Amino acid sequence: MAKLTVRDLHTHFGSVRAVDGVSLDVRDGEFLVLLGASGSGKTTLMRTIAGLEKATSGEVIIGDRVVNHLPPNERNVAMVFQSYALYPHKTVFKNIAFPLEAVGTDKAKLKERVEWAANLFGIGHLLDRKPRMLSGGERQRVALARAIVREPNLFLLDEPLSNLDAKLRHQARHELKKLHQRIGTTTIYVTHDQVEAMGLGERVAVMNFGKVEQIGRPSDIYREPANTFVARFMGSPAMNLILRDGEVLGFHPENFLPVSEQFQPDPDALRLPFVVSGVEDLGADMLLYGEVPGADTTPMGEAREVISKLPARLFGELEVGEQHEFFVRSRAVKRFDPMTGRRIDARAAA
Amino acid sequence: MSVQAPAAAERARARAERDYARREAMLAIGMLAPAVVFILLLVGVPFGLAIYYSLHDVTTGGTEVRWVGLRHFAELVRDRVFLRSLSNTLLFTATTLVAVLVLSTVLAELLMRDFRGKWVVRFLILLPWTAPVALGLIGWLWMLDSVFSPIDWLLRQVGLLGQRGAPLGALPNLYWLGDPVLAKVSIVLVNVWRILPLATVIVLAGLNSIPRDVIEQTRIDRAGYFRRLFDITLPMLSPILLVAVLFTFVFTFSDMIAIFILTRGGPANMTQTLASHAFFTGILGGNLGRGAAIALFLLPVLAGVSALLLRLIRRSEVT
Repeated sequence: MAKLTVRDLHTHFGSVRAVDGVSLDVRDGEFLVLLGASGSGKTTLMRTIAGLEKATSGEVIIGDRVVNHLPPNERNVAMVFQSYALYPHKTVFKNIAFPLEAVGTDKAKLKERVEWAANLFGIGHLLDRKPRMLSGGERQRVALARAIVREPNLFLLDEPLSNLDAKLRHQARHELKKLHQRIGTTTIYVTHDQVEAMGLGERVAVMNFGKVEQIGRPSDIYREPANTFVARFMGSPAMNLILRDGEVLGFHPENFLPVSEQFQPDPDALRLPFVVSGVEDLGADMLLYGEVPGADTTPMGEAREVISKLPARLFGELEVGEQHEFFVRSRAVKRFDPMTGRRIDARAAA
Repeated sequence: MSVQAPAAAERARARAERDYARREAMLAIGMLAPAVVFILLLVGVPFGLAIYYSLHDVTTGGTEVRWVGLRHFAELVRDRVFLRSLSNTLLFTATTLVAVLVLSTVLAELLMRDFRGKWVVRFLILLPWTAPVALGLIGWLWMLDSVFSPIDWLLRQVGLLGQRGAPLGALPNLYWLGDPVLAKVSIVLVNVWRILPLATVIVLAGLNSIPRDVIEQTRIDRAGYFRRLFDITLPMLSPILLVAVLFTFVFTFSDMIAIFILTRGGPANMTQTLASHAFFTGILGGNLGRGAAIALFLLPVLAGVSALLLRLIRRSEVT
């Protein structure tokens, strides 16, 4: 176990700046999620930390040691690839044992460690099988068991859940979190799924074009996005952005409510007319799609469509095509600079 | 009418389906026929003829054909040249196989890496494959010439040959094809030269088929170069490596062109193989029956080893 420090790291491929000046401080035992769309540089950042890519400049420090010049096998990091990268000709036991065999662990210790790791993931009964005889979920567990079997300094996970179906992913996410609480290894987790990031991370770093846009606790990033990119990336559906009086106003769909008996606006509330154009009933919630007359498209070209998320029981009071008065409580309105996209109100997080 | 119409339509459709099935069957037969005829004429007929000849006394000197049973085979087992041909065939095949396997794996590993001038190396490695076999072999005949061999010239220039006390002897030449041991070395050398390009390409394809993630995972898992090679790369490569083995085996085991052009089996039948011995006895010597009997010795080995290799290939496929 160790802390990880990244200082002004650049990893370029020719003229492509995949990682373009990233600095991170990850505490010993912390669970950090790197979140970004494909091509944002999150995987390259992780591979540079692992030593699979060579840093163009900057420093990677694991524990107190600068590891830039060290090959992956001397960094004592464990990694789980998106494809799991199991050794297809080896049994599950041999797969999990491989990192231990490679450093010459004695037989008795090896057997004990492999069985410990396998039982941790509930795959003790599969040790004699080959990877091709396993389901996707079982393969993922084998890959995780192989990663933790040797007490690494760092645990790097590259979208380990993206090959699982939705139901399994939910369960695996929960198990990963429990596992981390149990073994406490410093973990870097790469994903493009903001729901995973919110659910798993102690802190989340949102990446875009090789840079970290914002880093912080998931709830802070969600509630107080530092710029319009982060605002549009987090949440499903994402924050509404409209241009009004030379400012971009942002508010979450669940804070965009109809003026009614249940929902009373405060004196400073942002009041907006809303024309409903479509309704989506999701069971527990209801999504109203529509437009705010008079609001312009932002210079960043965000869609003019505005979404309201309401408890489903309100359905029926709002008719498609009608105009209603909606409001956002003043505390829930975020203000952004229309040109740079940065937050300009006082509550903006650092 | 309105009741019968659907039934009539049903019948018409059934007929159309039958016609279609028949046309499809005809098409399949038509497409397969050329290959079947080809194999029957060029493999089946000579094969049947070889069995027939081996059991009869047939020569190019007359039209008389006399049944002799297994006499050709009985004579061969006592024939010193035949026994040497048999052992030479096994020796050449085994040494060529080992050399080709090791060298092709090394070359393929080399070509997987990025370095300056890679295309020149790749071009040079593939060059022997593009040259016609006979032309290449005549080139080698010059290289190994008893007087003008450039190899000998080079050895003389660096002082390894042709002086009193030189490590390879005081004579001006090594007489590659005249010395029994060097002649065998030459045959293996030329065989390796011929087969290496194909084997390298096969192994290269195999290396490329190993997912990059798996190789990177071994680096993360702290495996060194040799553990990666023997524990991961070679086992994952084994199905395709066995294909290279099969090709090399069949090529060298049944080959006679190299022998025919380079040594004609000499000196004194020391480099004779089954294929070349069969050719010299049956075609040039005129004893068709005996030549056929020699050639038939190739069959069980080729068939047996090929079947074994194909089985191994199937078993070692992991996905």
